[in-house]
Amino acid sequence: MADDNSSPLDAVEDGPVTSGAAEGADTTSTGSADDHPTVAALLEKYPAEVQRFRLEAGDQYVVWMNPTRSHEILAWLKDDPDQLYDMMSDVTAVDYGKGRPVEVVYQMYSTPHGRALRIRCPLPLDALEIDSVYDLWKAVNWLEREVYDLFGITFRGHPDLRRILMPDDYAEGHPLRKDFPLRGRFSRAEQTQRALNQDVERFYLAEDLGRGAAPQEVAAATAGPALPSGDPAAGGAATEGEQA
Amino acid sequence: MATKTVELAVGGGREMGHGGVGAPSPLAPFDIPEPDIGTERMLINIGPQHPATHGVLRLVCELDGETVTQVVPHIGYLHSSFEKLGEYRTWNQIVPLTDRMDYLAPLIYNCAYVMSVEKLMGIEVTERCKVVRVILMELDRIFGHLLWLGTTAIDVGAFTPFLYSFQQREKIYGLHESLTGARITTSATRVGGMMADLPDGWLDQLLDFLDNFPKTLDEVHRLLTGNQIHIGRTQGIGVISADEAINYGFTGPNLRAAGVPYDLRKDRPYYDYESYDFEVPVGEHGDCYDRYLCRMDEMRQSVRILHQAMARLPGGPINVEDPNISLPSKTDAMSDMESMIHHFKLITEGIPAPEGDCYMGIEASKGELGMYIVAEEGGTKPVRWRVRPPSFVNLSVIPKLAEGHLVSDLIMINASLDIVLGEIDR
Repeated sequence: MADDNSSPLDAVEDGPVTSGAAEGADTTSTGSADDHPTVAALLEKYPAEVQRFRLEAGDQYVVWMNPTRSHEILAWLKDDPDQLYDMMSDVTAVDYGKGRPVEVVYQMYSTPHGRALRIRCPLPLDALEIDSVYDLWKAVNWLEREVYDLFGITFRGHPDLRRILMPDDYAEGHPLRKDFPLRGRFSRAEQTQRALNQDVERFYLAEDLGRGAAPQEVAAATAGPALPSGDPAAGGAATEGEQA
Repeated sequence: MATKTVELAVGGGREMGHGGVGAPSPLAPFDIPEPDIGTERMLINIGPQHPATHGVLRLVCELDGETVTQVVPHIGYLHSSFEKLGEYRTWNQIVPLTDRMDYLAPLIYNCAYVMSVEKLMGIEVTERCKVVRVILMELDRIFGHLLWLGTTAIDVGAFTPFLYSFQQREKIYGLHESLTGARITTSATRVGGMMADLPDGWLDQLLDFLDNFPKTLDEVHRLLTGNQIHIGRTQGIGVISADEAINYGFTGPNLRAAGVPYDLRKDRPYYDYESYDFEVPVGEHGDCYDRYLCRMDEMRQSVRILHQAMARLPGGPINVEDPNISLPSKTDAMSDMESMIHHFKLITEGIPAPEGDCYMGIEASKGELGMYIVAEEGGTKPVRWRVRPPSFVNLSVIPKLAEGHLVSDLIMINASLDIVLGEIDR
């Protein structure tokens, strides 16, 4: 790094740590599946897909699953009358480094049954892909985009998978991966130069403004004839309010 | 040709207004066919530097006349990668990162984070600490809702509620300051307790606030709740059904306004919330007006909880009495050898955590705030610290809510979601 200001944080710039054998995680199950109806049901219905389950932090059940049939199982969890996990609170990922698989984590909650469940799907580093569950829960739209942005995990079938927090043209990789240095991959000089050379007006070009909007209807809509102007009742109420 | 018919009809002055005499109302249903004039849609950029976006949010809107046909939000302008920074900090060093996310209700974030760490480590905080944290969280719920109230009222043209609510917020700033020394960046909590116990006279200061605050709330209520302009701007705007609200990930007042009585304080209680007597306000239409009503009522319920919490506040220590978790007093650290060693170990190494992960969801002012922590065996830093930001998910619904509304309604919808960009971008 062409950076003369040394600091204790420089240690974190020691590059990729992905090399070396995958350090095996603890694979034993803890807790009793009978305590959580969903864990018991999963073990019964998808015994080959459940890798293990654990009781964490006193009362939280975590199930590790194979990623191959994750969409099918999550759909079952959402629709089965005994499960009804209608609320997908969070989708995120965990990278342990040291060559271990990156795990996609789903936090689910069933409002009818008042149960919470955490599903973790380990993805090997050479195949960071999993099915999107956007068709089941619209809530994951931005959550999956964020995981893609910060971890580089591809969600198959997501309608609008592009970076969300980092700039669209960010070239340094996926920041929350363990092999990503805290200060970024480029040197300060390189980062500054890129920032200065940026074509700012690029972000305000007409063809760029609506980019990636889901579903992509901009082009078709522009060419179309006059369309109904939305909900007349709602529009009318607003106008009335302004004149009152 | 379609245009001919339209010309004749418009000649009556029903649409243009100035041409015709005695037009009944510009709002009367338009009974002639829609003119085929082939209007071109327009792309309008709002933000990121615009007061009505409530932060550095950029909305790219496609308009058909004044009607929004599509909205594309762009976020990330405040991204600081707090989650990555957290991986290089010990458990207690992360606390200052948390209040910088939702700087409108910082104490809720402080509490939520340490609650998750304590749950992971199996630490049971003292009774006094629990009640103090309930007080702080409810106080900051009011704090966050007041900012929403003031700024949203401004967005629909009402200036007075802004002044009233900021006057009350100033009192809460004062309470923050006398408790922590800071007005916004409070960093009040520590793993196993608080940075400091409540100072002398703090509860009187709080009581003084609680005496005056409901009066202000009533005044704002009189100004807005029955106000025709406010009703016209909010009722029927940005409607979402209960099922959709759940599916789209709405939480907090936004979800409850749609008629789903889901409140983590009641449904997944923590800190003995089940023993407090309060109600969960639930709307029925899921529009901007119901979101307003829910938040107004929530502030009243928070006042109730605050009164109850103050009444039951027990004495005793505020920090757990475990030298491996809580710092010793300064006097002990300077005079007692063992305390000094504990002090040194806690500062240089931190608190070791067990292997595992923990998700703790609490009811923040904006919705379900989840803190997800993954630790290695004996780790003094998190392997992964994830914040499930409520307004991040709430904001992602705006393209659906705003479709078919006017641009001015888009501003109202955005305001009614109660977002804070510090938390969305993290």
